[in-house]
Amino acid sequence: MAMIEFKNISKWYGSFQVLKDCTTQVEKGEVIVVCGPSGSGKSTLIKCVNGLEPFQSGSLIVNGQSVGDKTTNLPQLRAKIGMVFQNFELFPHMNVTANLNLAQVKVLGRGVEEATEKSRALLTRVGLIDHAQKFPGQLSGGQQQRVAIARALAMDPIAMLFDEPTSALDPEMINEVLDVMVELAQEGMTMMCVTHEMGFARKVAHRVIFMDRGEIVEDAGKDDFFGTPRSERAQQFLSKILHH
Amino acid sequence: MFSNFDFDVIQRALPYLWQGMLTTLWLTLLAMVGGIVLGTILALMRLSSIKAISVPAGIYVNLLRATPLILVIFWFYFLVPIAIKHISGDSYAQGIGPFHSALIAFTLFEAAYYCEIIRAGIQSVPAGQVNAGYALGLTYSQATRLVVLPQAFRNMVPILLTQGIILFQDTSLVYVVGLTDFMGAASKVAQRDGRLVEMYLFAALIYFILCFLASYTVKRLQLRITPPR
Ligand SMILES: Nc1ncnc2c1ncn2[C@@H]1O[C@H](COP(=O)(O)OP(=O)(O)OP(=O)(O)O)[C@@H](O)[C@H]1O
Ligand SMILES: [Mg+2]
Repeated sequence: MAMIEFKNISKWYGSFQVLKDCTTQVEKGEVIVVCGPSGSGKSTLIKCVNGLEPFQSGSLIVNGQSVGDKTTNLPQLRAKIGMVFQNFELFPHMNVTANLNLAQVKVLGRGVEEATEKSRALLTRVGLIDHAQKFPGQLSGGQQQRVAIARALAMDPIAMLFDEPTSALDPEMINEVLDVMVELAQEGMTMMCVTHEMGFARKVAHRVIFMDRGEIVEDAGKDDFFGTPRSERAQQFLSKILHH
Repeated sequence: MFSNFDFDVIQRALPYLWQGMLTTLWLTLLAMVGGIVLGTILALMRLSSIKAISVPAGIYVNLLRATPLILVIFWFYFLVPIAIKHISGDSYAQGIGPFHSALIAFTLFEAAYYCEIIRAGIQSVPAGQVNAGYALGLTYSQATRLVVLPQAFRNMVPILLTQGIILFQDTSLVYVVGLTDFMGAASKVAQRDGRLVEMYLFAALIYFILCFLASYTVKRLQLRITPPR
């Protein structure tokens, strides 16, 4: 059974349909890249996975649990799914270590010592152990995003969601974040990434999903997608973003 | 022009004035803490998506904000004893005294104002922060306590304290229930000794100094706590 399974997901804001009958799945260990023009519903789709966005019809099974089901314990499910946001969303009133410790202690019930040990190991891994006591506001964007990835990993997630993790970054900082993501992908992490970094997609993605106006227009293996996208909309989109 | 002023009168009255000042300070401090706690609860209620929770809180806040403070103080002093008598059925039941009834009145009144300040503070925390908390598995209550409120309060400290200064000045209204605060004490001494000018000048000076110092501290604090973002 797939780790994440979307079946005919539809969502409306009033009369405006943001997601139209979206069906796809993410297997364990798979890396999926989601791309598409602005406003096409990528963020909405990915936020459905951990219940940050409710949807009105269809079913979404994550790790065997139905996200839309009222009886599902969402906090428990979310604790197993890491998420990284475009604007980092580190907690500005806590230092880096406290950011990493918070949910480990409050959600997983780890002791502070155990949590700190885990946090320090992860900060070392993303190359930021020297910044463990700093506040988010004292770090560059690239550093903040690496902390955010470490914060998500501290929960030992079974899958990671990324919503345009590099699009708020200055160009020179994009690679330090992508490197961490590539490494994660190569270690076999299940990942669903909304990104326009096609270099990243070529390197580690298994499949690419192309969305337009709330629809999944293309859902293809990486080589097929970059070889000959079937739809004209995907071709246009690709030529636009590959030319700059 | 001060030649026929008798400033000794102030010195002789100092212990009495100090008693009054203690009442003022306690009333301010306790009503401020109580008002902030209750105001936070009201703010969370008003922000709830459940109508049965948000509407009553909204009615409460608007009602109290539309009522003069002095009326609320009066009400609690005279109505609470009657209510107690009704509820307990004991017609000899005592009221809770002017201090406690004033404290309750101020707390309930200030809560309505604190609620609006705190609600704005909560709304100033970006929604992304709440989502980040949820995404980590925090519950609503954890995300509120650990992520939203600390940031909201940090943004609000100056304005909460400013509201506290207003409260400090407003406590002088307690004379209506016969409670002797600093202002009341000064006023009684003034009447008794026939030294109105000296006493009221002195009272004005003390209020000015305290409020000035408090405002100054708030300004300093404001510069210091602006968090790096
Ligand atoms: N709260 C909302 N109310 C109404 N419409 C909304 C709301 N949130 C998003 N939308 C609309 O839903 C559509 C999809 O939004 P979404 O954020 O998922 O797009 P996206 O593909 O992630 O775009 P971007 O690349 O700009 O991040 C957009 O047209 C947006 O205007
Ligand atoms: Mg988006």
